[in-house]
Amino acid sequence: MARKAVATKAKTQSNIPEFTKEQDLEAYREMLLIRRFEEKAGQMYGMGLIGGFCHLYIGQEAVVTGITMASEKGKDAQITGYRDHGHMLVMGLDPKGVMAELTGRSGGLSRGKGGSMHMFSNEHRFYGGNGIVGAQASLGTGLAFAAKYKGDGSVSIAYFGDGAANQGQVYESFNMAKLWKLPVVFIIENNKYAMGTSIERASATTDFSQRGASFDIPGEQVDGMDVRMVYDAAQRAIEHARSGKGPFILEMLTYRYRGHSMSDPAKYRTKEEVTQYRQERDPIEQVKARLIAGGFQTEEELKAIENGIRAIVTEAADFATNDPEPDAAELWTDITISA
Amino acid sequence: MPQILMPALSPTMEEGKLSKWLVKVGDTVSSGDVLAEIETDKATMEVESIDSGVVTELLVAEGTEGVPVNTPIAVILAEGESAAPAPVAKTAPEPSEAPVVPAEKAAEAAPSQASVPAAPKFQAENDPDLPEGVEMVEMTVRQALNEAMAEELRRDKDVFIIGEEVAEYQGAYKITQNLLQEFGPERIIDTPITEHGFAGLAVGAAFAGLKPIVEFMTWNFAMQAIDQIINSAAKQLYMSGGQVKAPMVFRGPNGVASRVGAQHSQDYSAWYSHIPGLTVIAPYSAADAKGLLKAAIRSPNPVIFLENEVLYGSTGLVPKMDDFLLPIGKARIARRGADVTIVSFSMGMRYATQATEKLVAAGVDVELIDLRTLRPLDSDTVIESVKKTGRLVTVEEGWPQGGIGAELSARVMEQAFDYLDAPVLRVTGKDVPMPYAANLEKLALPNVDEVIAAVNAVTYRS
Repeated sequence: MARKAVATKAKTQSNIPEFTKEQDLEAYREMLLIRRFEEKAGQMYGMGLIGGFCHLYIGQEAVVTGITMASEKGKDAQITGYRDHGHMLVMGLDPKGVMAELTGRSGGLSRGKGGSMHMFSNEHRFYGGNGIVGAQASLGTGLAFAAKYKGDGSVSIAYFGDGAANQGQVYESFNMAKLWKLPVVFIIENNKYAMGTSIERASATTDFSQRGASFDIPGEQVDGMDVRMVYDAAQRAIEHARSGKGPFILEMLTYRYRGHSMSDPAKYRTKEEVTQYRQERDPIEQVKARLIAGGFQTEEELKAIENGIRAIVTEAADFATNDPEPDAAELWTDITISA
Repeated sequence: MPQILMPALSPTMEEGKLSKWLVKVGDTVSSGDVLAEIETDKATMEVESIDSGVVTELLVAEGTEGVPVNTPIAVILAEGESAAPAPVAKTAPEPSEAPVVPAEKAAEAAPSQASVPAAPKFQAENDPDLPEGVEMVEMTVRQALNEAMAEELRRDKDVFIIGEEVAEYQGAYKITQNLLQEFGPERIIDTPITEHGFAGLAVGAAFAGLKPIVEFMTWNFAMQAIDQIINSAAKQLYMSGGQVKAPMVFRGPNGVASRVGAQHSQDYSAWYSHIPGLTVIAPYSAADAKGLLKAAIRSPNPVIFLENEVLYGSTGLVPKMDDFLLPIGKARIARRGADVTIVSFSMGMRYATQATEKLVAAGVDVELIDLRTLRPLDSDTVIESVKKTGRLVTVEEGWPQGGIGAELSARVMEQAFDYLDAPVLRVTGKDVPMPYAANLEKLALPNVDEVIAAVNAVTYRS
């Protein structure tokens, strides 16, 4: 009882890798796009334009951004759970298509038939967007199986949360991934709460980077609020997998500022905790401060980037608001493929 | 966009409490700043600004209860923006004048939503004509299944087999015998005992373009994997708007074995046939087993292939052809007749066939239909038959409630009600978990006498 959440700083990472100006700028753009997109999605949800569940990624932007920067875009496969908007934006899926899927319109990435949790792109090798907690661990292991079977040199990156980390199929997947030396990197996005249950109340051990120890899968704990740390660890993990050594686990210590979904009682954590993360650890503010301190960018230049992103988000929101709903005939399409 | 509106926390929320303002008039805010807290009986939420600017007005006092969703609650002006007159908030529409029929009453009678478009009709092909003089080879269902997989493994390198004991052990029921020797351990893959995991792994491999054949040692164990089969494989095409396919086969022995008790004796035909997105096949004869398994492996859809342990050793004639394929979704008329229609599939066909022999000998002209595929269900063939005979008896090993017979009964009632001369009768497994004791197990299963009794009842011969 009353074990404290101490895992706010990663313990296995020492040197802080330096980013070039270009890397910092790329990270800044990607993370800001996610942040502004998600804020807009939250607002549109509030206006009744988005239905059902809507899980926002605000606060966790550095995780998917750093990992995707370390991966080979278009070659490496990525798969995640239901908190998936950020993954799609960073992987290059069209923000208009993502937002229009959120509003259930015909121009949505799944033609309005998937919703927030179910979007995919064969072209960008994004395999969802999965609504069942933990399912993506097995599916992602299967993507790695296919990579090895075909010998195409790709790596599968499977994200799941601290909640999913207690699901049985995760360990079934760890076992097979190691047994068959599959090229998969498991990213455990530890944002400290599975819905409203803190890791201390749900997990017998809270160092998730060691969850593969029984299978001899190496793991690292990473400061998931610092995109440089994420990128650095991801490079090593992806290289490990790609070189044929089998799976790697990265536990990303991160934090979501918003509720689990839109309807959240906000009673399971203190306001101070949220405020502290936002003020002291914010992934975007960290990059912004570096860019300004390094003399790389002025406030005005960053403002121009921000305005550009705002325009993308506004365009996406306008499209998603005005695009028509799917044709009624879509009800019966895509159930099976006629042979 | 100067107005901030009262947000909804869920699609069902209509109003909430504005519990607290965190800004005051004159404050400069930027996007992401928390403006206010709102509250409902089940949730609280912070309202964030999505624009930068200066708060010029707070329209709703903090502590106000029952603020309707989408009511303007504050005005924020961006730099350089001038205060335009705030539009009047939407109010309830004026009641229209003297409606003859109250609106609610009118709505009861007429459907208010757009009508549901008609479902597309599945049209199965007929069985192909066999080449003249083709050699018919007698083989077991086991051999037929084995040949089907071997042929498809030779044809397509993306096809592989994954499951427990499929390789070194040569298959728990020897269906994969000798495949390891021919195709090697990269394509015939023994798994740990981990159904949920390897089913999910195979679905992921299918998403990435491979064509897995997943063998479940028996379908009873697939319940550990049913989430991946239904939530991942069956729904993927639809949820992705047609983008991501799961071309794969899940196969293994289904139904009642012999004296293995409740957890190892269960018929999943009705379970999987319930799911849109899946194709479900349950063959009886050796030829159907071969032709349909080959078709299943080539299908771009996830296919549930339900075999039967008791039938593995039964023999039948299979045409000797390079590529013997049968159409999915087409029932086979095993015997043509005019007096009564018996419909069954898989092991049920054994009871139905034996009953038919006795009934025909007794002068009843039975039409016997083997469904072969359970989804898409070839009810056309059944309906046409019932229109001719006016009588239907269904036979299955599964439980009665929500079973295949129940579905056929409903479809016949909907589409051939006027042709029926007797109620549809179902012969099913009894509505109990499978007992172990030999006598009780026998009682729990359907049998030939029950089929004969049902036919006698619907033909008023009893």
